[in-house]
Amino acid sequence: MSEMRKQDIILAGVGGQGILSIAFVIDSAALREGLSVKQAEVHGMAQRGGAVTSHLRLSRDRVWSDLIPRGEADLILSVEPLEALRYLDFLKPGGRVVTSSTPFINIPDYPDKAALLARIKAVPGSVIVDSETLAKQAGSSRAQNTVMLGAASRFLLPGEDGLRESIRLLFGKRGDKILEANLKAFEAGKQAAA
Amino acid sequence: MPKEILLGDEAVALGAVQAGLSGAYSYPGTPASEIMEYLIRVSDGGRAFHAAWSVNEKTAFEEALGCAFAGKRAFVSFKHVGLNVAADPFMSAALTGVQGGFIVCSADDPGMHSSQNEQDSRFYAQFAQIPCFEPADHQEAYDMTREAYDLSERLGLPVMVRMTTRLSHSRAGVETLPARPQNPHHRGAKECWTLLPSNARLRFKRVLELQAELVRYADASPFNRLALNPGDRRLGIIASGLGYNYVMENFPDETSRPSILKISTYPLPETKIRELVAHVDSVLVVEEGFPLIERLLRGLYGVPGKKILGKIDGALPLQGELTPETVRAAVGLPALARQSCEGFPLANRPPQLCVGCPHADTFKALKTALAGQPEAVIFSDIGCYTLGYFPPHNAVDTCVCMGASVGMAHGAADAGIHPAVGVIGDSTFGHSGMTALLSASAADARMVLVILDNGTVAMTGTQPSFATGQRLLEIVAGLGIAKEHVRVITPLPKFHEENTRVFREEIAHPGLSVVVAVRECLEEAKKKNKLGGAQ
Ligand code: SF4
Repeated sequence: MSEMRKQDIILAGVGGQGILSIAFVIDSAALREGLSVKQAEVHGMAQRGGAVTSHLRLSRDRVWSDLIPRGEADLILSVEPLEALRYLDFLKPGGRVVTSSTPFINIPDYPDKAALLARIKAVPGSVIVDSETLAKQAGSSRAQNTVMLGAASRFLLPGEDGLRESIRLLFGKRGDKILEANLKAFEAGKQAAA
Repeated sequence: MPKEILLGDEAVALGAVQAGLSGAYSYPGTPASEIMEYLIRVSDGGRAFHAAWSVNEKTAFEEALGCAFAGKRAFVSFKHVGLNVAADPFMSAALTGVQGGFIVCSADDPGMHSSQNEQDSRFYAQFAQIPCFEPADHQEAYDMTREAYDLSERLGLPVMVRMTTRLSHSRAGVETLPARPQNPHHRGAKECWTLLPSNARLRFKRVLELQAELVRYADASPFNRLALNPGDRRLGIIASGLGYNYVMENFPDETSRPSILKISTYPLPETKIRELVAHVDSVLVVEEGFPLIERLLRGLYGVPGKKILGKIDGALPLQGELTPETVRAAVGLPALARQSCEGFPLANRPPQLCVGCPHADTFKALKTALAGQPEAVIFSDIGCYTLGYFPPHNAVDTCVCMGASVGMAHGAADAGIHPAVGVIGDSTFGHSGMTALLSASAADARMVLVILDNGTVAMTGTQPSFATGQRLLEIVAGLGIAKEHVRVITPLPKFHEENTRVFREEIAHPGLSVVVAVRECLEEAKKKNKLGGAQ
């Protein structure tokens, strides 16, 4: 991906799904590669089980806006299928969706899963991964975010080794078992999307 | 210089620390909470400087003011509505002036991501006639905070740094400067600090006399940047804060940019504004918040021969946040091509109480007790429990401001509403409920106040509460509530019947009752577990 000068990524999910961990991993890898980074986050009320998103902007030039303009996003990376669609109008023509297929149902009017996945598949180049199963196999059901990071890794501006290093940075302090599970989750996601 | 990756909030905090901060005070509130969280983290347990949460914003302000009285550099931060609470000392601190540099950091929440209203703190700075800095990015947040301390000490005035949600909660790299030491003690003179009318008149005169100097400062400040495009006289843009970023985002190519004046300090740089306006036919004002610059520019009669565009004329929306798209349309560029999800039903996902939250059990028992009484009103307050508005709880009829539940239930009871129930969290009660309860107690108002004691300020990330546990019960007793009408319940499903009965009994009581629902917030418990595990 080194020919790209910039990359705008919408991270999406539900409060508590670990969006900000994904953001940290990509961010810190990008910084080590000398890119400029801006990352807009959601704190406060929405974090209580609401829809959350983070705008991640990586560039070899100066980044102005903290928000990605609608039509500029290269990638939507989502830990939840409904949330993947919520920000579709940020995606540029030719932009890609990488999402989990595992619904997080905490609302009464959640759409039909098959219709939802069909709509995502209608976005050319979309990648859908069963993050729940893969995270469990990797040893931590909480690592769905890392599975999705792995699934998106080959599309990301920072290189894979840098991403792995960031995963070590983030999860290393939480003990070997959690780190191991997340490294496995990353590989599983990567393979599922290959 | 190494770059640190920081939240906008953290960039302000670090700027203050490295400017030689001695004392920082705050009350939690989105989007400002991360400022104090950072300060506490780097304060080395108070050994490097003092950094602490206060019981409310007014108290925080006064604590910081005491620090500035002592000649030390002081810092107070809160969300925009916190400045309403602190408005009393804020307005008069302009008159007392300060010995040590004093920064008031107010973080606005345009778009109301996590707030009950939209406000624009720049108007407060204008109201008090003190300088205000408005950073557009992280580097400026850091640099301007340092600069604000210098200006504050040079003029002996408090200075505001205005933040907004997007900058507060976005991360980017910041280059830092070497830290400087704290100030020595240097106490204020009593004729400056005792605002008896005879002193206060002199002090106010001083503030008025400083205004011209503030404008000269703004005109000279490199933070207010004027870049004229000599080849294009059609459109000039005055942009401040995040508005500036959105303008630049839409004109990445320098050669095709219209003339732009970036505003970063208030009062406004009048000469620079005149220069820009003289250069162009139309002026577009792009500012986050209310149209402050635009209104000043437009005045009552407008600018003869010039067209002024902005929020007042409808080029930009008056409500909510600016976005790259709204600014793009305002500068006359076509919308970018994009994908669309039109036609697919995107169910909303509003925030909600955590599964197992104690508030849910309290609401359930309260609603059961109130069943069959359609006249009942539940006056709620600010906190996670405001989410009780949504189904399945449907347990909130009002939410206005910190502490309003108590006073409103009292007033409504006076007006004949029955049952009148107030619902307030422990920290909100400490913040602004206690005085209102004293008032209700003196009147023995016919109301029930439910205090949800979960031991923390949950919504903003589990900061410490000052009125919780045994101390809370003692406060309630001390406010003169009859012992037999202070009831303590444990909001758990297994106590539902019992809790419902307690509510029924107290609703039937023809005077004031307080029911304290005690159970720890799940997030707080999680945090304690984590800390415990790490030890
Ligand atoms: S954070 Fe605490 S108080 Fe807030 S909803 Fe969750 S459990 Fe309830």
